[in-house]
Amino acid sequence: MKTLSKSASHLKVAAIGCGIAMTLASTQAVSASRDYISIVGSSTVYPFATVVAERFGKTTPNPTPKIESTGSGGGMKLFCSGVGTGHPDITNASRRMKKSEFEKCQKAGVTDIVEVLIGFDGIVLANSVKTKQISLTRKDIFLALAKNVPAPKSMQDEFTTAQTLVANPYKTWKEVNPTLPNVKIEVLGPPPTSGTRDAFAELALEGGCKKITWIKAMKKQDKRAYKALCHTIREDGHYIEAGENDNLIVQKLDANPNALGVFGFSFLDQNADKVQGSLIEGNAPTFDTIADKSYPISRPLYFYVKKAHVGVVPGIEGYLAEFTSEKAWGGEGYLTEKGMIPLSADVRRASGADIKALKSMSGEGL
Amino acid sequence: MSKSSKPNATTERIRQTLAKRYRAEKRFRLYGVVAILFGLLCVATLFVDIIGKGHGAFRQTYIQLSVDYDADILGISDINDAQQLALADFSGLVKKSLRTRFSDVSGRKDKRQLYRLVSNSAEYDLTDRLKTAPALLGQSEKRWVLADDDIDTYFKSLNSSDGAFVGRTSEKQQQWVQSLIDAGQIELRFNSQFFSNGDSREPEQAGIGGAIVGSLFTLFITLALSFPIGVAAAVYLEEFAPKNRWTDFIEVNINNLAAVPSIIFGLLGLAIFINFFHVPRSVPVIGGLVLAVMTLPTIIISSRAAIKAVPPSIREAGIGIGASPVQVVLHHVLPLALPGMLTGTIIGMAQALGETAPLLMIGMVAFIVDVPGGFTDPATVLPVQIFLWADSPERAFVEKTSAAIMVLLAFLITMNTFAVILRKRLERRW
Repeated sequence: MKTLSKSASHLKVAAIGCGIAMTLASTQAVSASRDYISIVGSSTVYPFATVVAERFGKTTPNPTPKIESTGSGGGMKLFCSGVGTGHPDITNASRRMKKSEFEKCQKAGVTDIVEVLIGFDGIVLANSVKTKQISLTRKDIFLALAKNVPAPKSMQDEFTTAQTLVANPYKTWKEVNPTLPNVKIEVLGPPPTSGTRDAFAELALEGGCKKITWIKAMKKQDKRAYKALCHTIREDGHYIEAGENDNLIVQKLDANPNALGVFGFSFLDQNADKVQGSLIEGNAPTFDTIADKSYPISRPLYFYVKKAHVGVVPGIEGYLAEFTSEKAWGGEGYLTEKGMIPLSADVRRASGADIKALKSMSGEGL
Repeated sequence: MSKSSKPNATTERIRQTLAKRYRAEKRFRLYGVVAILFGLLCVATLFVDIIGKGHGAFRQTYIQLSVDYDADILGISDINDAQQLALADFSGLVKKSLRTRFSDVSGRKDKRQLYRLVSNSAEYDLTDRLKTAPALLGQSEKRWVLADDDIDTYFKSLNSSDGAFVGRTSEKQQQWVQSLIDAGQIELRFNSQFFSNGDSREPEQAGIGGAIVGSLFTLFITLALSFPIGVAAAVYLEEFAPKNRWTDFIEVNINNLAAVPSIIFGLLGLAIFINFFHVPRSVPVIGGLVLAVMTLPTIIISSRAAIKAVPPSIREAGIGIGASPVQVVLHHVLPLALPGMLTGTIIGMAQALGETAPLLMIGMVAFIVDVPGGFTDPATVLPVQIFLWADSPERAFVEKTSAAIMVLLAFLITMNTFAVILRKRLERRW
């Protein structure tokens, strides 16, 4: 009995060993060389990068690049983990690379990185077409959505002197600004893991926060407190985290006409029958207003290329050429049809030349 | 029995409460019926919603163009020159046919709108056509090409009860569609590409072919690893292992693992298989490995239950006539337990087929256009494809998402039905 049980357990060990050995043997061959480009990063850039990748795959003999949507931060982490075909070649980001990330890259041996600014993405506040369009300022947005705001009583004297902060007392839009309708503040937006939320906090909330003079002065004295005040979104049920799926937010807005939603411009573009963008400082989010910066809540989109992989993984240069061709990122290119706001022609020309020369970023000014 | 008044009092009480107890029983049954009806209603709503949204995806709008394979536009002088063919301007060909069909369109902006009637896959389609039939150069033919997704959504909604969905189509485009309808040059056709194509960012070209193949490769790896390991572990634990603290510990752990959220297995796969063993990301091998680890507890538990159900008399009889324990297990216990094991395995596989969370960690949530050709090609799986489409801004992806859910449900129902049939057919009761 004992010997039998032993042999059975040996059998089992052998089976597991076989399985692992088999898979490892097959993978060793793969990780040595990879014939497709591996791209990771932002879910905001994903819809644009995938279009380019698909066209690139169809028009060249190279296989279609593989694109993972990991979020900007997750993409940077993977990208900066090292050089070699086991690591991605390109990472997309809906913000610029941070200094800390650049340093991490350098430490891991990813020294030469080509930075490509591809265009802009607008973030919109929108409500259902069943109700009236709303016109907001960034200050309204800050007062309605920040966790702490200046005490309302002292708001009269033009925000010049330092004031006490209180937990956000506003329950309706009318309380924030008498010109706004008397409806409950209900904003559906992405959760903290999302790059859209970060950008929304930075561009809309901080944009409004800065309008208050004494808070602006605070930036110089205590940057951390300033950031905490301007970037923290309230958690008392008026800002509702609706998950990463922007389509879901559109559906919820359709069902609840009193709510506003926060999402990317391309979703507004595709769902114009259901939702309308709110005016921000008098400007509706349209293709043109975002492009000429009169609509204030827009963010840059980037991707970063590992120079050490150019020539090792086939097709990277071709992919760059496709992405930076006029028919893709140009003023009337196919990326604009997907909702990306293009760079101005001058910027395109200048950075296009840098990209062709594969100019590495220096890491200064991050 | 001497006190005759007491039983009378009891019967009296029973008589009084009888109606109440009957009512209670009726209510109890009613609760059960209501619960089942509620469940059925939910399932029915789900199915009606999904089928209502998704049925449209199985048909796609095609537009008929009369294409003139003009060698000058294409820039081809020698049809056998592959280089020339690769560089040829087939989009010019498509544009030319659209311009000839709608000859009154002028102005750059209008022309751009006109070109947007057809999908950009039209040029690839013509490229392939000319490659297979080189004699067409210089000839012209009528050819059905895919319509753009905006046009497709508009055309499909024309006869809907809620009115036409205009979406991003312009008034001009709607007029052109009307003129195509009048001429019979636009129609819905069965969307075979939906089953053969990989993912695409153009909804009209997107298909679940790549995801199905990826799922098959991944499940093959999962089955090949988890079934033998699971059965071997179950046989050993049930038939040979001594009952001591160690085996108890292992048993508790296996039961625990069956209840662990699947994302944990993804993290495990990332830490062990990718970071330690350097298995590449996003390939069926790594997906299969992770899902195998995930389904192992299910298979082990159901296999052990199946082995336990084989009556001891069969083992005793086998040993009694001189068979060794291994012979008893291989010749008698395993064949009798096999139907139960297979049922457990199929249910485990169905669970693995529907899983997305663990795959998130190991890079299988990715945009992959090319249909995978092997175990080490980047691949994605059906539920991930659904997840990705549900997140896409394009309106036309709504019906694709629902259609993909229908296909996934069909697979799951088939597998589970197969498991039930297997159990009914082969199971023996003692």
